[in-house]
Amino acid sequence: MCYVSLRNVNIKNISNFAFQTGYFLISMADLKIALEFGGGAEVLVGNQKVHEVAFPSKNKVWTIGDLLYWIKDNILKERPELFLQDGSVRPGILVLVNDADWELMDTVNYELKSNDRIVFISTLHGG
Amino acid sequence: MPVCSIHCGRNAVLKRPKTGDALCKECFFEAFESEIHFTITRAKLFKPNSTVAIAASGGKDSTVLAYVMKMLNEKYNYKLKLFLLSIDEGITGYRDDSLNTVKQNRDDYEMPLKILSYKDLYGWTMDEIVAEIGRKNNCTFCGVFRRQALDRGAHLLKVDCLATGHNADDIAETVLMNILRGDVARLNRCTSIVTDNGDGIPRVKPLKYTYEKEIVMYAYFKKLVYFSTECVFAPNAYRGHARMLLKDMEKIDPSVIMKIIQSGETLKVKSTAKLPTLMNCTRCGYISSQETCKACVLLEGLNKGLPKLGIGKSSKVKKALDDIQQNDSLCCSARGNSNVNNIKDLKDKKCLCLGSQNVLSVQIDEISLEKLTVE
Ligand SMILES: [Zn+2]
Ligand SMILES: [Zn+2]
Repeated sequence: MCYVSLRNVNIKNISNFAFQTGYFLISMADLKIALEFGGGAEVLVGNQKVHEVAFPSKNKVWTIGDLLYWIKDNILKERPELFLQDGSVRPGILVLVNDADWELMDTVNYELKSNDRIVFISTLHGG
Repeated sequence: MPVCSIHCGRNAVLKRPKTGDALCKECFFEAFESEIHFTITRAKLFKPNSTVAIAASGGKDSTVLAYVMKMLNEKYNYKLKLFLLSIDEGITGYRDDSLNTVKQNRDDYEMPLKILSYKDLYGWTMDEIVAEIGRKNNCTFCGVFRRQALDRGAHLLKVDCLATGHNADDIAETVLMNILRGDVARLNRCTSIVTDNGDGIPRVKPLKYTYEKEIVMYAYFKKLVYFSTECVFAPNAYRGHARMLLKDMEKIDPSVIMKIIQSGETLKVKSTAKLPTLMNCTRCGYISSQETCKACVLLEGLNKGLPKLGIGKSSKVKKALDDIQQNDSLCCSARGNSNVNNIKDLKDKKCLCLGSQNVLSVQIDEISLEKLTVE
């Protein structure tokens, strides 16, 4: 019944999140998203490459821009400036939506749909 | 979902930074590979029947380079004998994983692999060097040693050519860095697609015009396995700043990368400008702007217990090297004492072993290729 299926989310985050969105328990209208981090970006999220998350989607449109801040508040483990910059990802991090370049889909303005798979790949690590 | 700009009827999966085209996976592979082929043939990078070592780090660039080189070699019948060449710096937890990735490349692409270690080449691992010098300047050592290690490896394998995975972003970054440093001599040659370090073995950069974004996307769509962890010692190296500046500019206009490379290529240094003349190192024969090359200076410093030798100005280095020559019998007490940064510190100290000459465990001249370990 909980809208977040993340293992490492803590109580503080849940209550913040519930406060911001006005929802706490939602079962029917969850937006299920698979997040993947690679190319070195996984280091920023505790070396866990895959994160299955769900958001309450009733009366709320989620864009990737919203998702980025959610990631910052909930799963980024260190140095958020290495992930986020000026409301988008830091240049050098590639984003794919269902295996397609997010630059083809209006980047931060893309509206998430259930079962979307969002992949973040750092190009900044190792040569 | 936009459709492919080639009008093949498929959905696009990527926006090309170089052209702005939206391409499907198949058309992207075709464009990516044929552009590298075009770069290779236009610059005549390889002669048929030659042996080419591919510098393999296990990272994205060299993994993609090895994959594409194998593919193009077969597709266009270059008639090249391809090898993977890896350097093991001896950094715990860094190379262990990346060397496994290189071994994976070896198996996947069915290419012979040679691994050379710093320990074999220089008598020191990077871990041991860090223990001497601390973390501040170790990238100087690592970079200088790595450059020569590849050349020595190329000799050992008797290759005709050494191919490295430098991509367009790397080269634009190097142009920026040399401008910021005011290094006119390097600025002049850093954009060359073929360079010669004085040993007659050309170093070539087949990915010179290939964007980093496309390399990563190519590896992703082709499911190529590569290793990606920042060097544990270099989270904030100077290059990182040039890199972020470039990435910020690329976000505004991706063509800036090609423009910086073109600017670097067309830049001509006035014939009257004074550039450092290049010569061969008197100790190891490597091309150098000084009598003694940087690697030999650093090595001398390490072996004499003066690990910071060679980090500073080259004029001071010459003086210090001369002093070492004169004080050779005195310096053994300083060996392993990294607090001694200056030859002057030594002169006041009494030598504990009464002038024994057995200070230097590795004579540079003795580092011959026969001693290298080949896996
Ligand atoms: Zn197409
Ligand atoms: Zn030398």
